[in-house]
Amino acid sequence: MSQQPTTRQEYNITAYTENHIGLLNRIAIIFSRRKINIESLNTSPSEIEGIHRFNIVITETEEVVRTISRQIEKQVEVLKVYFNTNDEVIWQEMALYKVPTDVIAERALVERLLRENGARAVVIRKDYTVFETTGHRQETDNLIRVLQPFGLIEFVRSARIAIIKASDGFHLKLNEFEEAEPGDEVIENEYLNDRDGVFAM
Amino acid sequence: MSTQALPLLDAPVATTREISGAEVLLRGLLAEGVDTIFGYPGGAILPIYDALYDFKEQLNHVLVRHEQGGIHAGQGYARASGKVGVVFATSGPGATNLVTGLADAQIDSTPLVCITGQVFAHLLGSDAFQETDVINITAPVTKWNYQVTEASEISDILAKAFYIARSGRPGPVLIDITKNAQLDKIAFAGYQPCTHIRSYRPAPVVRPEAVAQAAALINQAQRPLVLWGQGVVLGGAEREFQAFIEKSGIPAAWTILGAGVLPSNHPLNVGMLGMHGNYGPNVLTNECDVLIAIGMRFDDRVTGRLDKYARQAQVIHLDIDPTEIDKNVAATVPVWGDCKQTLPMLTRLVAPRTHPAWRERFVPFQNAEVDAVIREALFPTSAELTMGEVIQQLNELTKGEAILVTDVGQHQMVTCRYARLNQSRRHITSGGLGTMGFALPAAIGAKFGMPDTTVVAIIGDGGVQMTIQELGTLMQTGIAVKIIVLNNQFLGMVRQWQELFSERRYSFVNIQSPDYVAVARGYRIEGQSVSDRAELRPALHAMLVHPGSFMLEVMVAQEQNIFPMVPQGCSVSEIRLK
Repeated sequence: MSQQPTTRQEYNITAYTENHIGLLNRIAIIFSRRKINIESLNTSPSEIEGIHRFNIVITETEEVVRTISRQIEKQVEVLKVYFNTNDEVIWQEMALYKVPTDVIAERALVERLLRENGARAVVIRKDYTVFETTGHRQETDNLIRVLQPFGLIEFVRSARIAIIKASDGFHLKLNEFEEAEPGDEVIENEYLNDRDGVFAM
Repeated sequence: MSTQALPLLDAPVATTREISGAEVLLRGLLAEGVDTIFGYPGGAILPIYDALYDFKEQLNHVLVRHEQGGIHAGQGYARASGKVGVVFATSGPGATNLVTGLADAQIDSTPLVCITGQVFAHLLGSDAFQETDVINITAPVTKWNYQVTEASEISDILAKAFYIARSGRPGPVLIDITKNAQLDKIAFAGYQPCTHIRSYRPAPVVRPEAVAQAAALINQAQRPLVLWGQGVVLGGAEREFQAFIEKSGIPAAWTILGAGVLPSNHPLNVGMLGMHGNYGPNVLTNECDVLIAIGMRFDDRVTGRLDKYARQAQVIHLDIDPTEIDKNVAATVPVWGDCKQTLPMLTRLVAPRTHPAWRERFVPFQNAEVDAVIREALFPTSAELTMGEVIQQLNELTKGEAILVTDVGQHQMVTCRYARLNQSRRHITSGGLGTMGFALPAAIGAKFGMPDTTVVAIIGDGGVQMTIQELGTLMQTGIAVKIIVLNNQFLGMVRQWQELFSERRYSFVNIQSPDYVAVARGYRIEGQSVSDRAELRPALHAMLVHPGSFMLEVMVAQEQNIFPMVPQGCSVSEIRLK
């Protein structure tokens, strides 16, 4: 499939699944058997009660991401998988920073820097203060660099969560999944949908 | 497998009294139409075996000698009969011994339901005696697995297991049942088979426009070639396939798991694909203009080097499993669906053709292969016996009516190449995983699945020593499996590679054998060993007419190579005749 793009970039994989013990492992081993590092993984409820949503970030070629997405979707408890580039999603990560309170209190500069970086204090104690910021990787990374000189005690960043720009939600699809004989809406044939132009006589 | 393939189940077995989870399980198996179980008892599965004592008349439990033998027997049963194989094993080592068979069944799409016992639920995670994390160990090698910790779950989970194992692209399913769930009593309302899981779509809705595109491409083709695989067998679409081939007039070649769908002597059957396949179909894969792949997955042993594989061809790929489409070879026209459904749609749209000039192209390759390889393999002029002549003699005696079960290695490739088959499900072998030790237990399972058909296991001297303990299963059950050990006193295929690619540095490939006839006799099985050509035919005949099991050792040439061969890293058109 050499005609496919082979450049590696970040992809956001979104999987709608049943809430099933062991499914996390079944999904994880699809990556590990190919020795692909999962850069970020988040599981959460979705817009529909009882349906879970995985957000997984990997850096790979489109060809590999497509194959993996299909293999995830093939798992019995997985309803649907989408994969998107960063441009196609709205995404955020959250980070927490613990710094000594006395440094903050002494220097007005720190407070200004925090404000500039969109951070807010979550906890202020005598000995330390915890700040939180939410944004893209670049922004949360930036604040590490800013706080490092002032004695950053602890740092943690969450997994990425992402909303697909083009998605109409999953509610309508789910109704179709419930039926034994679903319509075209559910049985999407992406191979043909993508290929209107390939068959030229 | 199409949804119509679901068997008719008995009406739910209703009962008013409380019964144990173990009994619920057995009643469920009966409702699914199970008649045979291959298994081995142990501590954590004791309650199920206790309940089985009362079901001895309805459920034939075959006591194997090792759980690996049990699961291979289940595979052989499923592959021969088309039904779901059922396997029991206990927790811990019992369950881990299933792993090879699960991996084999997963890669060869064999429907199995395996039941393992597990320690009491309250002991999970405590490193209890014979506790293993079976669910996580088997996750990569099962289509689905589930741990049952309450008796009330058993009935629904079993129904799901059978539905998942046999529907769509079939595969192995494992249910791990804790001991308390087997023991606890519940009010059992009856067994309801499963027909729908909302997150699982075994049968895609076929797009008629895809079929129309495929047909248009086929109708334009000047040099079309069909490759078929086991998907045709699993879909039960042998007749639909034959109708398609005969109307379109397209020459068709097969993967080893697809063997027999077109009879060996069918004029449009141009032979076997892959590393040791036939000369013509391999070379001409790189000359066809339209390649039509039906129920096959472009395994690397079939394609050789991918970047030199059929680059000139437009590819039509019919498969029920969407993950196979575009996985190894990009499809110009993918036809996602059950071939039982898509093939008749395609047949209606293709024009009747005969392709005489294109079919003529296969003839010189066939002649060259006969001259260089086949004649000497089947009718040798050398003093030593060849594996090929054993298969040839067997063909003449069985007329293609026997089920052949092979292990892995040279004897397997020889059997694939030379066995004459009249129908599908007549050659059972470990294809994707290449599991040595598969054949003997799988042959036992095949015999239970098809008791009225002669079953001949053909095994090398390496593989037979891996699961030879299953002679005990033959002894105890008294069924008749014919075993041919093709003994070349080497691990022949590895030796061949070392000869061809490692300057004959024979590293740990000469393997000693016991006296097989004495071993067989020890298990009260008749046996014979032959090394002369004059003895071969009478010995094969004696084996086949013997009422019980029989072990025939044939001493064959020590250093014979299997050709043609596509060397690793080479294109299919670089296939070597010597």
